[in-house]
Amino acid sequence: MIEIVSPGPYATVQDLGRPGYAHLGVPRSGAADAPSLRLANRLVGNPESAAGIELTFGGAALRFGDNAWIALTGAPCPVDADRRPTGMCAPVWIPQGGTLRVGTPREGLRTYVAVRGGIGVEPVLGSRSTDSLSGLGPPPLRTGTVLPVGGAGPSAAIRVDSAVQGPFSSCPPVRIVLGPRADWFTPDAVAALRAGPYEVATEINRVGVRLRGAALERARGGEIPSEGMTLGAVQVPPDGRPIVFLADHPTTGGYPVIGVVAARDLPLVAQLRPGDRLWFRPVPGVRT
Amino acid sequence: MTIRRAGEHALLVETGSLEAAHRLDALLRADRPEHVEEIVPGQETVLVVAPDADQERLESRLAGLLASVTDAGPARDETGTAAGIVEIPVVYDGDDLDSVAALTGLTVAEVIALHAGSEFVVGWLGFAPGFAYLIGLDPRLHVPRLDAPRTSVPPGSVAIAGPYSAVYPSASPGGWRLLGRTDVRVWDVAADPPAKLPPGTRVRFLP
Repeated sequence: MIEIVSPGPYATVQDLGRPGYAHLGVPRSGAADAPSLRLANRLVGNPESAAGIELTFGGAALRFGDNAWIALTGAPCPVDADRRPTGMCAPVWIPQGGTLRVGTPREGLRTYVAVRGGIGVEPVLGSRSTDSLSGLGPPPLRTGTVLPVGGAGPSAAIRVDSAVQGPFSSCPPVRIVLGPRADWFTPDAVAALRAGPYEVATEINRVGVRLRGAALERARGGEIPSEGMTLGAVQVPPDGRPIVFLADHPTTGGYPVIGVVAARDLPLVAQLRPGDRLWFRPVPGVRT
Repeated sequence: MTIRRAGEHALLVETGSLEAAHRLDALLRADRPEHVEEIVPGQETVLVVAPDADQERLESRLAGLLASVTDAGPARDETGTAAGIVEIPVVYDGDDLDSVAALTGLTVAEVIALHAGSEFVVGWLGFAPGFAYLIGLDPRLHVPRLDAPRTSVPPGSVAIAGPYSAVYPSASPGGWRLLGRTDVRVWDVAADPPAKLPPGTRVRFLP
């Protein structure tokens, strides 16, 4: 078991989420930066879908009740494993009773901790993820929370000494496919979206990333009849300030979506901090 | 009637009506195309999420299905009848009965009679897991949401807002006007399926 000595600013259990229930109003949830969680799991021989811990802006301390192989990926932080300085993106041995201390990331926002065997909280609708929008899954971690280890399925041998990840840019280009509702906006708005940059506002969470920049003016008024929303959708409320939807986004909505971030670039958005900037770029070869 | 790209991995099918959206939803669920992960009906749309599918091929398949559901006309209603009708007993003692009566110029008894006398159909879900937007509210009962939402509405609360009615599936903040409550659990993560009111379900409230 793992005892949370300190969760840092915000920490949750995450796996790859609960897809398949969107028509019942259930957000997908899962790791905001899924490739980082997958990598952390591979490093400790877990199936990629095992549950780990998603830290937001580091700052956590975890005490291990049993011997454990762990790995950290995502936003790079100073890491101290049972008083030994150690690193990111590598399997790390923690002896029984040892404490893992994670500092503040020097870049990026979300750091993932995988433990061999996976975090073994009870699954809800097939997933152990905390859904911050709907409250499904375990509550966010608090000081004193105890997490069981296990249940991830068969482990493989640990074969990799270290992996390479990042860097986590604070001003990445982000590819976007226009639509499905780009025609709700003026040509100037579509041009402004591509001219960028957009700055990440302070309102960011697992549901979405609010952006500041040129307001996106609509070519028509009113609301869209409620329609399904997809991961990475760039939804534009009436104030014209876009929101990029992350893992816990609502399943349906009535504000028009001007474009959808390319799946491989969404993890970059999930790692942005307030004040970071991004440039939207078209995805070559995709008809819209 | 158009099929729009919603990113690299999803297509948004415009069906032109709720009925056609439900028919397309039912066809896709009965014979799910390869790699389709989510099928999400909306008011006049169905979102089809399929990250690993060939989007061009999926689009042509959807175009064929779309033609069949929009040509079908109102007589064929396989989704609604297949699901039967769900009856939800309600104790009409909600905190907003008086305000709804005042806003509509009706008596409380008339408000209850109109709500219990209508047949609803689940349009789509959203806001919270299991939260079904029920279509079919008598236009005389169309009232705005509360100016200040309640911080917590108990599960089982039966409420109205705008053209919709709903049963709160779990405790949550809420700005809809409360008419009453039911013991029917419309959301249970241990049940399969967890939502009692999926899209297309017909619903009637029993006073």
